[in-house]
Amino acid sequence: MTVTEHGSGTEVGRDRRRKEDARLITGRTMWTENITLPGMLHLAILRSPMAHARISHVDVSPARHLPGVIDAFCGRDIADIQGALACAWPVTEDTVVPDYPPLAVDEVRHTGEPVAVVAARDRASAQDALEAIEIDYEPLPVVMDMEAALTADSPLVHSAQGTNKSYTWIFDSAEAGTGGAVADAEAEAEVVLSRRYRQQRLVPAFMEPRSVVVDPTGDQITMWSATQIPHILRLMLAMCTGTPEHKIRVIAPDVGGGFGGKLQITPEEFITFAAARRLNRPVKYVESRSESMLSAHHGRDQIQDITLSARGDGTITGLSVKLLANMGAYLGIVTPGVPILGAFMFNAIYKVPAYRFECTGVFTNTTKTDAYRGAGRPEATYAIERLMDELAAELDLDPIELRRRNWINHDEFPYTTVAGLTYDSGNYEAATDHAMQLFDYDALRREQAERRASGDPIQLGIGVSTYTEMCGLAPSRILGQLRYGAGGWESASVRMLPTGKVEVVTGTSPHGQGHETAWSQIVADQLGVPFEDVEVLHGDTRTSHKGLDTYGSRSLAVGGTALVNACQKVVDKAKPIAAHLLECDPSDLEFTDGQFRVKGSPSSAKTLADCALAVFTSHEMPDGVEPTLDADATYDPDNFSFPHGTHLCATEVDTETGRVTIRSYVAVDDVGRVVNPLIVEGQVHGGIAQGVAQALYEEAVYDADGNLMTGTFVDYTVPSPADLPDFVTGRTETPAPGHPLGAKGVGEAGTIASTPAVVNAVVDALRPAGVTDVAMPCTPERVWQAIQAAQQKSATEGGDR
Amino acid sequence: MIPAAFEYTRPSSVDGAVQALAEGGEDAKILAGGQSLIPMLRLRFAAPSVLVDLGGVGGMRDIHDDGEHIVVGAMATHHDVMSNQLIREHAPLIAQATATVADRQVRHLGTFGGSLAHADPAGDLPGVASALDATFEVAGPSGRRMVSASEFFVDYLTTAMEPDELLVAVHIPKLTGWGTHYEKFNRVAQAWALVGVAAAVRRSNGTITEARVALTNMGTTPVRAHGVEEALADAPADEGTLRDAAARAAEGTSPTSDLSASADYRAHLATVLTRRALHAAGGL
Ligand SMILES: Cc1cc2nc3c(=O)[nH]c(=O)nc-3n(C[C@H](O)[C@H](O)[C@H](O)COP(=O)(O)OP(=O)(O)OC[C@H]3O[C@@H](n4cnc5c(N)ncnc54)[C@H](O)[C@@H]3O)c2cc1C
Repeated sequence: MTVTEHGSGTEVGRDRRRKEDARLITGRTMWTENITLPGMLHLAILRSPMAHARISHVDVSPARHLPGVIDAFCGRDIADIQGALACAWPVTEDTVVPDYPPLAVDEVRHTGEPVAVVAARDRASAQDALEAIEIDYEPLPVVMDMEAALTADSPLVHSAQGTNKSYTWIFDSAEAGTGGAVADAEAEAEVVLSRRYRQQRLVPAFMEPRSVVVDPTGDQITMWSATQIPHILRLMLAMCTGTPEHKIRVIAPDVGGGFGGKLQITPEEFITFAAARRLNRPVKYVESRSESMLSAHHGRDQIQDITLSARGDGTITGLSVKLLANMGAYLGIVTPGVPILGAFMFNAIYKVPAYRFECTGVFTNTTKTDAYRGAGRPEATYAIERLMDELAAELDLDPIELRRRNWINHDEFPYTTVAGLTYDSGNYEAATDHAMQLFDYDALRREQAERRASGDPIQLGIGVSTYTEMCGLAPSRILGQLRYGAGGWESASVRMLPTGKVEVVTGTSPHGQGHETAWSQIVADQLGVPFEDVEVLHGDTRTSHKGLDTYGSRSLAVGGTALVNACQKVVDKAKPIAAHLLECDPSDLEFTDGQFRVKGSPSSAKTLADCALAVFTSHEMPDGVEPTLDADATYDPDNFSFPHGTHLCATEVDTETGRVTIRSYVAVDDVGRVVNPLIVEGQVHGGIAQGVAQALYEEAVYDADGNLMTGTFVDYTVPSPADLPDFVTGRTETPAPGHPLGAKGVGEAGTIASTPAVVNAVVDALRPAGVTDVAMPCTPERVWQAIQAAQQKSATEGGDR
Repeated sequence: MIPAAFEYTRPSSVDGAVQALAEGGEDAKILAGGQSLIPMLRLRFAAPSVLVDLGGVGGMRDIHDDGEHIVVGAMATHHDVMSNQLIREHAPLIAQATATVADRQVRHLGTFGGSLAHADPAGDLPGVASALDATFEVAGPSGRRMVSASEFFVDYLTTAMEPDELLVAVHIPKLTGWGTHYEKFNRVAQAWALVGVAAAVRRSNGTITEARVALTNMGTTPVRAHGVEEALADAPADEGTLRDAAARAAEGTSPTSDLSASADYRAHLATVLTRRALHAAGGL
């Protein structure tokens, strides 16, 4: 393992309060919604109430004459300028990628699809005028269910395509040469377990609704958007509307959360862009929460058929997975790729000799799905971790013991998995031992036995989840092999100001993560400047022209490395200048604590600030040295990073009502070297909360006609702190080798780990009652019904005997 | 979203409010804390022409003791009610149930009277008012009238008040020598009840002399569980009695099936929660 030591290390590892919090929490900052420009108009969007219909007639003219209204238009009116939304990740050669007009022209394919727009002097007038627009819809048959959509006589979401199948993507270890054949493994196995799990549809539920402002005046058209991906947005606007890239500037000002939900190029951004160009005036669109729930992309929504074969002692011999992944009605920026990220994670931390994965992407008349915290990896982790608990129960083994028998030992790294990834590092034993100790595993097992014996109506369940994830997205070479349309590098620039202060430009695009703080800590250590002297700039293509933005726990692992490299270049550039100032040879200098010192003569020193000033005046530069310290670096990782950990959850299940209460929760995560423990703690807490939400609370539900039944937070039940336990967190640190910071990424870990831990605990509590699964979310009613069903089953079985 | 346009008036007396309602006609609506009304306006489920804001009417937030009753002004906020000493002493059931309403922010704006006038069967306070046999003081063009809880709640979101009437105060009989408990069951902490049970039990020497039980969200109005009350009248205060009585909780109810719970499950919950509420109220 090579871990480069860097700087003096006083900032990295320190619990710094976040620089950005005061302005984010008080709202005294620039959100897209706050932006007001001279002459700006406000847009309101009319959305389809139908899940599938032909638009037979639109008349926007009645809206045009209403007070305050400047313009009203439908898809046909802007068909030539609106462009088409693109999918950047067709995962196979023959992936079906249907046309995706931002504003529907002839047909609507899900409720909430934009059909007409009003531009008015104020938002209320625009909203009122929507009611005057006349639209006739000719209803078309609707298909909501993935399995139904794949039958021969199903209605088609896109009739021109002749199928509801977008693609089928297959990985087979026997063909790839990374393992054996699953069929052989199953034929020879002593135990073969098959289960079907359902990943319900979720709403990302970021705090700040999506909003966009476009100013077409001036030489560049400027778009402000509440997005995670300003750089990709600029590129896609250029490529999909024909506007030259250098004529577009995109700004992501402060952005209030995303969770993948703002990793998207949205119809609303394109519509606002088109409206501004059509009207030649600044325009603003801010969605309501209702519109957000209905039309911002959803997450998850898979049916997972998973089969595990094993020997009698629990050793896994084969794993096969067949997924149906709901694409929704259209493909978003990475919709098809999300379940494919999961392909590499079903084998998890285990030594699996044979593996087959098959995923079919299916169109239905629903809002499109796309990335949501974890994107593909939580789904995979859920299925394998649920099934590991089932296998343990089948073999009457402790679930942790079963995992021990199968996981990769710490001395086996680097380890190339059956899915073809090389895990660089990890110590599953250490994380699990630490978690068991924090959890007091044995005492809880004893209490569980007592409650079972006494028939306590409140049963105790213990759930285990040992996970890893691939993050630090991503090596460009691998993205290319997976047919993704872009690379995975990241860029950073460091600008030394004449007074010794530092401006850092990052290509990542924080939307709540705290990059300004963590990046400042890194720079402080690398350059030996005070934490306060660093300003981190991001999210404006004018200052940060190059970047691939923030998602997939990549910012620190990839962008942080670019930053370290850029700092290194600054030091390298300053060295000859310091030597010149000190009248010595550069090779006589060493750089520590922000000072160049002459080796052996510590009193003669020059700071980086001295060099910055010298460069500014440039009065006395050494010959042939360019008068600048500024430096850029772009970093493309060789490999993903692989954080891992063990989460343990104890639930109390009220067998009379079905209510699940989390009694204790322990998370031990290994995210490599930690730059700011406070930020890591926050990410873990929030991540667990979101994973628990999937396990127990949240589900987006459509009725058979395609209406979203959970269109508000009354029905889509997001938990609050009052619903969550205190989390006990711990860490092990196995630094990522080959990474100057040793950091692995933490943004998604909690979400990936927690969902199976909680559901495993629910099922564990009820196993003596005969329950072997509860569908997510494990609502009180579902739990209660599972108990009733198990009782009935045992009663009839008893009767048969 | 943004509500449709409406007129707004802020009278300073009950008479002024009654007059404003009369002038506004059918489409006028009272605005109290706005925690139920404003969302309906924003979703454009309701589009009243005039909002008559009671926020400026003097005295409507007061809570006082008139000897036999605690009189709660309709505009007392949930927070006012929960933290009021008279309520805590003489009607602790209300304080306890109110603490389960929504979240802190909503409790500082939403009102006691608004919750009752809104008559949402999933709201916590209609059931509680019903268990306590509260009386509703209503003002209209022809003066004031008193309406009993059993008559006040008529149907889903519908009360016995006419469109030109408003709720001024609620008179809560003081319960001395009773134990009370509100048992609420919801999906997440700040949500409405799937089912709630308000119970008041009077005991003397090992017998239950009287019990009152009202159910939240087991029909279009709060429902008194008469079967349970009958089974408990002058019954021994023991485990078995409570269980048998609670088993009758869903008798005569007609709960809905919706996304959060099926009718069958609600009926089952009613029995379990009633047993628990009686347990707590009866001090068993
Ligand atoms: C997030 C959230 C969660 C909630 N959770 C709960 C909960 O768990 N339990 C619960 O019980 N409630 C809950 N509520 C509702 C809350 O209690 C409201 O405050 C209450 O329903 C209405 O009170 P209000 O003062 O806000 O009334 P408003 O919203 O102002 O009015 C509601 C209705 O009553 C009418 N009205 C109000 N006052 C009078 C009056 N004096 N005379 C005649 N008519 C009148 C209005 O015209 C309107 O039709 C929740 C609300 C929110 C926003």
